[in-house]
Amino acid sequence: MSGDIIEAIKENVIQGRVTRDDEGIEEDTIGQPGVTELVNEALASGVDVSDIINNGLTASMTVVGQKFENEEYYIPDMLASAEAVGVAMEILKPHLAKSGVKPRGKILIATVKGDMHEIGKNIVSILLRGAGYNVIDLGNDVETQDIVKAVREEKPDFLGLSALLTSTMVNMEDTIKALKENGLRDKVKIIIGGAPVSQEYAERIGADGYGADGFHAVSMIETLNGGD
Amino acid sequence: MPREGILVNNPIERLSGEQVRQIHDASIEILDDPGLLCFNKNAAEIFQSHGAAVTSVSGSDTPCWTVKIPEKLVTDALEKAPKTVTLGARNPDNALVMKGDEAKVFFITGSETNMWLDVDFPTYVNKSDPKKEIKIPEFKPRRGMVADLCDSAHVCEHLETVDGYIRTVNIQDKDITEDNKDVNKFFACLNNTTKHVMSGLTTLSQLDNVVKMAEMIAGGPDKLKENPLISFITCLVKSPLQFVDDTTETFMEVCKRGLPIVVSSSPQAGTSAPIKEAGIMAQINAEVLAGITLGQLVNEGTPVLYGSVPVRARMDTLGDSYGSIETSQYNIDCVQMARFYKLPNYSTSGVSDIKIPGQQSSIERLFSDIVVALSGPQFLHCAFGLLDCNSVFCLLQAVLDDAHFQMIKFFLKSPRINEQELETVKKQIREAVVTPQKMFINYIRPVMRSGEISPPYPFEGDGDSDDVFALANERLQELRAKSVEHIDPDTTARIFREIPGLLPRLNVYKGDK
Repeated sequence: MSGDIIEAIKENVIQGRVTRDDEGIEEDTIGQPGVTELVNEALASGVDVSDIINNGLTASMTVVGQKFENEEYYIPDMLASAEAVGVAMEILKPHLAKSGVKPRGKILIATVKGDMHEIGKNIVSILLRGAGYNVIDLGNDVETQDIVKAVREEKPDFLGLSALLTSTMVNMEDTIKALKENGLRDKVKIIIGGAPVSQEYAERIGADGYGADGFHAVSMIETLNGGD
Repeated sequence: MPREGILVNNPIERLSGEQVRQIHDASIEILDDPGLLCFNKNAAEIFQSHGAAVTSVSGSDTPCWTVKIPEKLVTDALEKAPKTVTLGARNPDNALVMKGDEAKVFFITGSETNMWLDVDFPTYVNKSDPKKEIKIPEFKPRRGMVADLCDSAHVCEHLETVDGYIRTVNIQDKDITEDNKDVNKFFACLNNTTKHVMSGLTTLSQLDNVVKMAEMIAGGPDKLKENPLISFITCLVKSPLQFVDDTTETFMEVCKRGLPIVVSSSPQAGTSAPIKEAGIMAQINAEVLAGITLGQLVNEGTPVLYGSVPVRARMDTLGDSYGSIETSQYNIDCVQMARFYKLPNYSTSGVSDIKIPGQQSSIERLFSDIVVALSGPQFLHCAFGLLDCNSVFCLLQAVLDDAHFQMIKFFLKSPRINEQELETVKKQIREAVVTPQKMFINYIRPVMRSGEISPPYPFEGDGDSDDVFALANERLQELRAKSVEHIDPDTTARIFREIPGLLPRLNVYKGDK
């Protein structure tokens, strides 16, 4: 029973089906339980949370990653699967502590002041949630002092800053300066991303890393988080 | 089921209805005054017997007649000419049904070139940093051979957007003569593609052998009539306004056999036709109408295509300039004229002036391919692989052209807008705007899988370098490695037994017992 439902969760993550109303890649899946229904069912059946995470969610994302590399999957497929994992992690969140599963980390993410662009930031959020992180999205055009305040209160492991414009990327540097002034810079690792920024710019303004795209951002955080 | 083609819903038009009528009237007037010079005695006699004013031209080195064609002969011929022409194929699923009043485009390869362009990718080393190496394509022209024609037909069989095949290269092997060229070129094409095959004829004496070969492949004379897997193209009228002796004779003989034929004219604006658009249009239209009229007089109901290969002269050399913008304008005008007569049109696009693939070639050919395709010719002789104004053929360029036509075909798909679609997207919009991320990515996947999203350019590199030629060459090698359905062994054996002049090396079964 446990194996069957884990296998079903895995398959539905691969199909990118969050709920029973979602289309998968294969036909005639609408109406069949999606990841939401299956994870709830697994919890109700007493399936071990670590089993759901390791053998259902993480294992399926490995398959999805391989399909993406083989060009069988495109980014929308990857995001659908990541979103399914993110939703599953939200459902599992209250059960993590008592099941002894160590959280992967908390990430604050924001598009900096003056910049309304958020597609890139949203994609990174979905991918990070899909990788099992707890992501708090502050939105776009976020005032520097609001980011500082959130870092102080939420105590995240990582701060992701996004900007699309050359005119707003300078606010990344201002944010890092403000964190320093408030004694918070050493308490959080900062990753930046967006079309006008670069590794060189990240180093110049004192960020810890630069994500060239969503996948790179996730792997950068995995590396900084002590992963492989 | 024949090939689908691509329907142009709202074909672009340059001429107003009044201008079309004015060109028609001018052409009719030209056919009567000055009329045409006819160097073919039989044609002159046919015109005369049907009421044309025919007079012998005195003082000419070769026998020659002036033929003044009355309007009635032309309008009768336009009535009799079939408005739908079917070009069959060895695989009937590759047949092309062309309706003169329907702007459905089929993409067909281009004319016969003398030169074949090989491509190689030698490695170059940076002098200042020998660790840096790059591969740059090097193009080497040489005379075309029958093996090249087989290679070209084979690759075009697998190019998705190629709907039919006009022989691309003139075969110039040492053992190819005037007498065996036709049978070998038709066999090389027919044996390596299951799509429709069109070609000109080198020698009239070989027409019956070519037709006999086609009958064997089709399954008999009646089957060939039902499924005309070959057709012919003739330039019987040389600009300005001259019926050429030998091609006119060939044209009439093909008409007698009832096989589809293109009445093609290729005036050059500035030299063999007036430089002004009105002039070349009135003249080319008159020339094509003269050919169509003769065809219907010879054999009423002969399936003909209104063939147009107009071109503007280069001002620096007075050679052809297929890359000039006016050339595309003339072709679009001709599409309109053919549609006015409700006859299927053979039109031209995609020929570039430069000798090798590259930026100029891509820009010139893509420009004319787009605009002429959008005008809705039925038979778009779209110059797959042609360079240097129809003088050079390059298979790598043909593979690149296939990618262009995939784009054009996608662009020409009908808009997918209806009540059901709008209901679906309104629901999506209402759903997405209330989510925190306000994105529509979740809805992409079914659309992506259904083929409604255009594919990326197939020869896109890593973004930092232009790898188009190298990637297209990889694709070319993949296509070459694919097998082709050849003519079956029994029919092949019969063809080699009964058709004289075929080169034994073209028999793919010769090693079989």
